[in-house]
Amino acid sequence: MIMDGLLYSEDHEWIKVNGKSGRLGITHYAQEALGSVVFIELPEEGSRVAAGEPLGVVESVKAASDYYAPVSGKITAVNGELLDSPGLINEDPYGKGWIAEIELEDPAELDKLLSPEKYGELLEKEGK
Amino acid sequence: MTEPLIFELGAPGRTSSFMPECDVPVRETEELIPGNLLRKKPPRLPEAGEQEVARHFTRLSSLNYGVDTGFYPLGSCTMKYNPKVNEYAARLPGFARLHPYQAEDQVQGALRLMYETQRYLAEITGMDEFTLQPAAGAHGEFTGLLMIKAYHDHRGETGRRRVIVPDSSHGTNPATAALCGMEVRQIESGPDGTVDLDALRAALGPDTAAVMLTNPNTLGLFERDILAIAGAVHRAGALLYCDGANMNAVLGISRPGDMGFDAIHLNLHKTFSTPHGGGGPGAGPVGVKSFLAPFLPFPAVRLDPDSGTCFLDYNRPLSIGKVRSFYGNFGVVARAYTYIRALGGEGLREVAENAVINANYLLSLVRGTYRIPFDRRCMHEFVAVPPAGFREGGLHTADIAKRLMDYGYHPPTVYFPLIVEEALMVEPTETESRATLDAFAGALLEIAREGRENPQLLKDAPHGTPVARLDEVTAARRPVLRWQPEGEEG
Repeated sequence: MIMDGLLYSEDHEWIKVNGKSGRLGITHYAQEALGSVVFIELPEEGSRVAAGEPLGVVESVKAASDYYAPVSGKITAVNGELLDSPGLINEDPYGKGWIAEIELEDPAELDKLLSPEKYGELLEKEGK
Repeated sequence: MTEPLIFELGAPGRTSSFMPECDVPVRETEELIPGNLLRKKPPRLPEAGEQEVARHFTRLSSLNYGVDTGFYPLGSCTMKYNPKVNEYAARLPGFARLHPYQAEDQVQGALRLMYETQRYLAEITGMDEFTLQPAAGAHGEFTGLLMIKAYHDHRGETGRRRVIVPDSSHGTNPATAALCGMEVRQIESGPDGTVDLDALRAALGPDTAAVMLTNPNTLGLFERDILAIAGAVHRAGALLYCDGANMNAVLGISRPGDMGFDAIHLNLHKTFSTPHGGGGPGAGPVGVKSFLAPFLPFPAVRLDPDSGTCFLDYNRPLSIGKVRSFYGNFGVVARAYTYIRALGGEGLREVAENAVINANYLLSLVRGTYRIPFDRRCMHEFVAVPPAGFREGGLHTADIAKRLMDYGYHPPTVYFPLIVEEALMVEPTETESRATLDAFAGALLEIAREGRENPQLLKDAPHGTPVARLDEVTAARRPVLRWQPEGEEG
């Protein structure tokens, strides 16, 4: 399941851009591959991250895995609800399962992300 | 579960022992221990008779599953049958009743056994010297990397702090590197599932301390470029570390030392048929080439060729120190020694041959129904993924694993290696008969049919075990760590 109106990274994160900021999370495919999520480590509010750097760790009954910042910027908000209900990432990865909001440092970085069509092709190419 | 907890058995006041009348003056506990250290309420301890205690624990013990009860194809773990002669040797009073503080001249037999085991392991792996101290595989990795770090530092190359691992590596490899204060760099495997030489060359640099590899790798594939890999690593000034977890595949056939590895740990509880029980005790001896030997943990067990006696050598100024109290898990070493002596060189070679033949035979029975992502001749284990149509039916590898329990098998390793989604990693080992392999393959094929015809049967599995499918999410999120009587709070 891929949502229109979002941009995607090759590491299976999504970002929904709104002006100079964006809300991000992990994709439906990522949550399905992980299985039931039992814990998430959120980034620190106010911290600065570079594109491609680990933002935190998401842990499921199967595995623990880093997730990455799709773009560079400052973390302006995190979804604290996930600490008590990490299962939201499974139930609604593009909605209530959002992870953080980020203030974009360089909007040009968005050009490197994948459109929904391109992300769909990536999944297909990898046989997913 | 049908078996209650021991706390739920018995009755108030029931006991298994009868104390004689006290014949000295009685002092109350409150007089002897300050009030602030005393419990407000007495602890809730089980009160049960000897017979019900004996029956309870005997019933529990029969719920266990081990290599002595059935087939245990847990990939990467080498769950071979452990011959009982190992137990006999380790329990000889001359070994079992020693005290680690006894003088060297009283424990010559034990020292000699350790010395000879070191020599055998060195010969088997192509290394020069061994330590038997590490208590498990990951502990061995830690010991090996500390030595590599000490080696670079001793040469003044203190900037070598990066460890390269392939993305198929055992999780303990990057974890060990991080624990040693190193940075981890992961490289992607090539399209055939083995190390991508170009990716490796690009990752190597003046900051590389070591490259950690498993050969055969976690897909059960032999790294055919190993000599070129070793050359590239050494030209960059780094060392090549072998995770010896998969040694069972090459025993007596090829030697990591000849492939260019500089250090290796072995898992005696895998390759050398010592018990895996309950997380230990294991043993993870580490072997090194002679240039690393000065950094081995002390004391070293050595032989004085003139007197023919063994001694503990503490005079090792460059040693990384002790990594385990006393001399490691000696009882485990005694079992491995027995195994090596019982089989001899020819026998160990047959172990590897039969381990590889068994894995390939099993693979040939399930290939075509189960999909094999990297399908070439495997070594001692192979990695499969669920049959076609399973994903569409909402079925996962975990469902196959759970259903296998209903057929009386321990499931294979699942969801590892991480580079294969829905991985099912099967290692039959050399100790299984053709009949067992046929029966297990039959179960896998039957489950493939069940999954297509009645997916719910798999989703609800296991059906015949003492407890049904466990709720892993709740277990991880809201663990219940101790028993509480009903209606009582913490």
